[in-house]
Order: sequence, then C-alpha cells, then structure tokens
Amino acid sequence: MRATASTGSSRSIKVDYLTRVEGEGSILVKLKGDQVQDVQLGIFEPPRLFEGFLRGRHYLEVPDIVARICGICPVAYQMCAVHALERILDITVDPAIRLLRRLLYCGEWIESHALHIFMLHAPDFLGFPDAIRMAAEHRELVELALRLKKIGNQLMIVLGGREIHPISVTVGGFHKVPTKASLRALVDDLSWARDTAIVAARTVAGLPFPDFQQDYEFVALSHPDEYPLNEGRLVSNQGLDIHVSEFGNHFMEQHVKYSNALHCRLRERGAYLVGPLARFNLNFARLPESAQQVAGECDLLPPCLNPFRGIVVRAVELLFACEEALHLIAQYEPPAVPRVEGRVRAGVGHAATEAPRGVLYHRYEIDEHGLIVNAQIVPPTAQNQKRIEDDLWHFVPQLTNLPLDQITAKCEQAVRNYDPCISCATHFVKVEREE
Amino acid sequence: MLVLCCGHPDRGDDAAGPLVAQRLREMGIDARQHSGDALSLMDAWQGAADVALVDAVVTGKRPGTVSLWNALSAPVSGRTRPGSSHALGLAEAIALGRTLGALPRRLTLYGIEARHFELGAPPSKAVLRGVERAARKVYEHCLDQRRAPV
Repeated sequence: MRATASTGSSRSIKVDYLTRVEGEGSILVKLKGDQVQDVQLGIFEPPRLFEGFLRGRHYLEVPDIVARICGICPVAYQMCAVHALERILDITVDPAIRLLRRLLYCGEWIESHALHIFMLHAPDFLGFPDAIRMAAEHRELVELALRLKKIGNQLMIVLGGREIHPISVTVGGFHKVPTKASLRALVDDLSWARDTAIVAARTVAGLPFPDFQQDYEFVALSHPDEYPLNEGRLVSNQGLDIHVSEFGNHFMEQHVKYSNALHCRLRERGAYLVGPLARFNLNFARLPESAQQVAGECDLLPPCLNPFRGIVVRAVELLFACEEALHLIAQYEPPAVPRVEGRVRAGVGHAATEAPRGVLYHRYEIDEHGLIVNAQIVPPTAQNQKRIEDDLWHFVPQLTNLPLDQITAKCEQAVRNYDPCISCATHFVKVEREE
Repeated sequence: MLVLCCGHPDRGDDAAGPLVAQRLREMGIDARQHSGDALSLMDAWQGAADVALVDAVVTGKRPGTVSLWNALSAPVSGRTRPGSSHALGLAEAIALGRTLGALPRRLTLYGIEARHFELGAPPSKAVLRGVERAARKVYEHCLDQRRAPV
C-alpha cells in the first residue's frame, strides 16, 4: 500500500510496505519545498529474537537454528556460525570441507543474485511495477532468471539436502558429503549459467542509470588469494584492516526509535556500505580474469561509486560464482571423513562471511558444556540501513521536480540497490525510559 | 495429480494450507507442504497435468469459507502472503505462469478464508472447520481424477 500526502509546500512520501525486499519494511521521506526534512527506513517486522533463544542451546544446534533467520541467505548464517564455533573448539576442517562450503556459498550467490538482478531490480530500470508486468515484454529475462535460480537451487540440494534452509551443514564439516559424480552432473548447467551471466552483465550494463555518486566507505572481507566468501580480514577503502575478532572494537550497533533493526556504524566514521559494490571495489584483483574482462567491457572498473550500477556488479559476481563453482567441482575429491569433532571448552568465537548482500558477522560465547551463553548476529542489511537513508538524503533533491509517484518509485529503486533482506535485520529492542 | 499446500504453520490462519496437507496425508493422499515461493512453485508444477493448490486467502468472506477457482482463468491479484521470500508468492506464481505459458493443464486453487496472521498464534476454530471441508473437497478431486478414463 502506498500513501502520499501534500500540505502547502510540505510533501511526505511514505511507502508503507516496501515491496520486493525480504520481509516487511517502510521508508519515509519528508520534503519541504525542494528540501529533504527527514528520511527514515523503518523495519517493523515482528522481532526475531534469534540471539535470545540461542542462549542455552547446544552449539551443534546453532547452524540449523540460524539458517531459519532468512529464506534467501541461510547458507551465510550457517557458514558464519560454524566458523565462529570451530574457532572456539579449535577445529581445522579438511581442505575438501572448505571447498564444499565455498561451493555451497556459490549456490546461494547464484540463487540470490539471479533473483535480485532480473526479478526484483530490473523492473525498476525498465519502468515496470514488477517482474510479472516485465515478463509480458521481456519474457527472455524472466526465463533466464528462472533457469539460473533453479541451477543455484540444484547446487543447494546436492550439497545441502534441500534448496532452502540446508540440513547438511554442521560444526566440523557436513552430515553427508556429495559424491564426485553428483557434482559433475551439475557441470553442464553451470557452464550454461556462466555463459548466461556474461550475457546478463552486458544486458544490464545497458540499462539507464541515474547520475548519482557518493563518497562511500566500503567494507568487505579481503583474502589474499581469492574473492571473499568464507574467510578474510575486514577491510575498507578508508584504512580499516582488522581481524574479524576485532569487529566490536570498530563497529557499534545503535537503536533508532522508528526501526526494529539496529543500525550498525563504524565507531569513528559512521555509515558505511557492505555488499557487492564494496566487495567489487575492494577485491577486483581477486576476480577471475573472465569476470574482470567482462566488467571492463561493461565499463565497470573500481572504484564504482554509483550504487545503481550495483546491478551490473551483481551480474559480474554471478559470473564469478558460476566460474568458481565449476573450478571447485573440477578439483573436488571427497574427504576421508565428512566431519571432525572438536574439544568442547568454554570460549568466545567470531566469524564474518560474505552473504550475497554483504558482510555478516557472528559472535558466540559457549560454556564448558558447549551451551550458548551469548550470541551476537549483525546482518548486512542492519549495516547498510544508515547508508540507505544517507543515499536517499542525497538522491531525493535530484527528484523534487517529479510527481510524487515517480519520486516514490525512484526511492524504492534506490533502496533496492542494497537488496535489503529485512527479515534478516530485525532485532528485538528494549527501550528504557529516561526520567 | 499434484497437491501443493502453501502457508506458514505458525502464523495464525495461514496454517490452513499445511493443516490440509496433514489431513490429506491421513486420508492417503500424497499432499506436499510448500513454502509458497513463486519460482519454486512454478518449478514444482512444471510438467504436471492436474494440480490442486491450497492456501489461506482473504476475499472478505466469512473465515473458514472454502472457495474454488480455476486458476487458469480466474483473476488472481494481490499478495497472497505478505513477507514471503522476497515478496513473490502464489498470486505472482500464477500470474507469471500465465504470462510465460508455464501453467499446468489444469490448476485449481482451493482457498480457505482467513483473517488473522499473527506470528505464533493458532488458527481460528472457523478456519479449522474450513480445513476439514477443504481436505474433503481436494480428496474428492483426487478420487475423480483417479477414476477418469486415461
């Protein structure tokens, strides 16, 4: 439902239900004349309480519980959980397990990026209210999306046991690992997906992009040898370079009264951006040569400062995910055992991984029996909330001569640059009244 | 015959679909519970000749009322279940299937009128009665299909 109102020279743009984002959210932009008076991204889905109800649960239950936080990026939550817990238990996994985890993550990236590029964001650029109306004129784009997403799903099914909320991931490895044959059976489809991703990148590079650039602080994982998925240091273009265990020293979560989700900020510099644009700008050199070449053909070189071009970056990352999946499948030899045990002891563990929409951070404290004492989960959308608002503060002044419905549509498009996953980003907030 | 029952078991009246699936399995029908995600639904019904879809609906009728639509032709609009994965649900699956010519030969939507969708709440008594009526109708549909000459 949309509601807009005008009183004298004041105009309010309110999108009560922000469609085509995961969960339920709303944005409010207040204008007075040509001046933006206020911007609020409100997330009002009921509190998720995951951090609370993890307390007292056994560490082995965590990967299956946190997978339920999100239907579109469950692997990200599982990967963060197992890495953080394995650090406490002093577990080093077999290289084949590491490979399979990276492959599983590729499946999630393929699913998520295909859905967002074609079904959620392309309609904005092409002037359609949704993918269904777009399908009538651009049937080929929707058919590509359906097939690409299905290929990502297949990878998830073979590795994770099912396409949503995988059930095979556990601390120390997998409950069951795939055979070489079951992975090789995916090669033809993945090869098609790789070729299609190249076409997709060239197609979306030709979309009309608003002229809008910001001086962002980009934050992403960075690994010396590979484009980041599961491992790396947290780095930024403004000098941040930390081990993930230092997250709490550099980032803080804040409650804002109009949103259930906490805003995350850099303690010293405030808002920052996580997600494909940050990964691309900070890790371009670690992309495979083919992806770098396609990015160049699309006139996409770091630093890309226009968030609307994030759709092209996603297409380049889609190509990366397909190439990486093929590369990993070619290398795969099943491990001697699917999982290794750790030594249960009290401790604290941290991990950060790259969910399709950006850095996800987990911190767990367990006791000597392996029970969770405390959990902290900082999703990418919570980290981007302040940055989304800041984009709207700067973008809306370009739009003030447009009718309200067009300003509203452009604001929605700008929010979708971040592919926000709002049901991931809700926290229960206790507000204490100050007397 | 493919029976797909959509809904969320812990979201008030939205549990209607999963409860119909459970009831049908007790009656010996292979009914599948489904998340309702549009792309996954389209994938599930690909190649099927006769599909029954069961879900909670909001049309303004009395809670628990069971309605049937031929989904190949009936107007289906709106979001059938706000908050589904990236907001593409059953209505979008039907609309997209029509546009792409990717619907089964026969697609019947069994809607159970719902009113409350609070997280963690149980379904209303009226909806529970509707679940029983819907399960009987789908069961008869399955029997008719089995009796039909090949």
